[in-house]
Amino acid sequence: MAHDHKLEIFRGLVKFKSNTQKIWGVLIFLTLVTIVEVVLGIIKPASLMHNSFLGMKLLNWIFIILTLVKAYYISWDFMHLRDEKTSLRRSIVWTPIFLVVYLVFILLVEANYINDVFTNGFVTWNF
Amino acid sequence: MDSTVTTGSEENVWGGGNKPLGASYGKLMMWFFLVSDALTFSGLLAAYGFSRFKFYETWPIADQVFTHVPFFHGNFPMYYVAFMTFILIMSSVTMVLAVDAGHKMKKNAVIWYMFLTIIGGAIFVGSQGWEWATFIKGDYGAIETKGGRILQFVNSDTGERVGIADFAKTIASERVNHESKNGVWFYKGKELPSYSVNEVVEGFKANPNIAIRTEQIIQKGEGQGEKVILSRAEALKKLNNASQVVEGANLIHNEYGSRLFADFFFFITGFHGFHVTSGVVINLIIFFNVILGTYEKRGHYEMVEKVGLYWHFVDLVWVFVFTFFYLV
Repeated sequence: MAHDHKLEIFRGLVKFKSNTQKIWGVLIFLTLVTIVEVVLGIIKPASLMHNSFLGMKLLNWIFIILTLVKAYYISWDFMHLRDEKTSLRRSIVWTPIFLVVYLVFILLVEANYINDVFTNGFVTWNF
Repeated sequence: MDSTVTTGSEENVWGGGNKPLGASYGKLMMWFFLVSDALTFSGLLAAYGFSRFKFYETWPIADQVFTHVPFFHGNFPMYYVAFMTFILIMSSVTMVLAVDAGHKMKKNAVIWYMFLTIIGGAIFVGSQGWEWATFIKGDYGAIETKGGRILQFVNSDTGERVGIADFAKTIASERVNHESKNGVWFYKGKELPSYSVNEVVEGFKANPNIAIRTEQIIQKGEGQGEKVILSRAEALKKLNNASQVVEGANLIHNEYGSRLFADFFFFITGFHGFHVTSGVVINLIIFFNVILGTYEKRGHYEMVEKVGLYWHFVDLVWVFVFTFFYLV
């Protein structure tokens, strides 16, 4: 089972000499991202907490984007999706993304509506 | 017989043996499973998001819930989960190194890396068990109102939480825990909390430096993003509605705030912990197969790669659970 590994990450910006080296490189990157997340989570900078974009705090946007970045490198390099055929990769990645985005959209809109009912609808629940 | 003779290029397309996706049957089936499992986890996390958006003004703040590190006293939000995350990523790395060593047919390297992966998984499951135990036990205690809301007690000077044990008065009461030795007919009743509602309320009245923190989060202006702390008069009014003392968290009561938070915590981290546990078991099986030389005889280590896919998936899910439970 000798595989050919694609050894560059960051769109070719960093190229590793061997697969083992690439694994350690990705580990360092993932650790850095996690450290950034944890530090931001502990400090909670006021500027990121109090400003929002599209109804969500900037800090939460940063967390979610960094999570997707981590997910990308875990699946691309640890799960070898980078070395798989494009057709396999796309069917694995886009199927859940489509379904999840759809589900999340529906549920969050509905939850927002229920929140409105609780706030404005003459319902007492917080006593 | 003529019809089965393989000739020409047409047989390559229709004669079977094609691999349009360039992956073996086993690996494809593992991917099928992982995609469906990913949808299960997404369903759970989306339901969590639903409840959270529904109650976004009163949802517990994770920093105020998960503040413990084993063997240390004090307030350390996030540190331990960050450690757990790192352990899981690290065990993912040893797993991928095992797969890599498998491709090169280095049996001993595969054994060592699989071993380290299993150790990492076990540390993670242990940490999660500890986190559960701490969460269930609780530390400060709180009052639940008739409306099912939680009132927590804080020091009005420092804003730090105060345990009910520190200020509750001891009032003689006739109610005792009902034990089987005291009854001819014994039905297990509700266990008494360490302090009764009355003792806590009286203790609160006697200590002017204690304030009540509600579930409500300040949405705008000063102190935005923090929980509302009531004035003394408002607090006493709220305490008229007190219904019971809550210590720790379970599926019905939760001293940290919204009970849905505890429900989803148990369900999602529990489901993930179950995946890690089964991952460790599957890893162990493959580990022994490697030692026995099964894959050496088979000529390839694809089984290690397949179990590796599952193990990385568990790590991948944790990345999302970590974000949505502890960070956001």
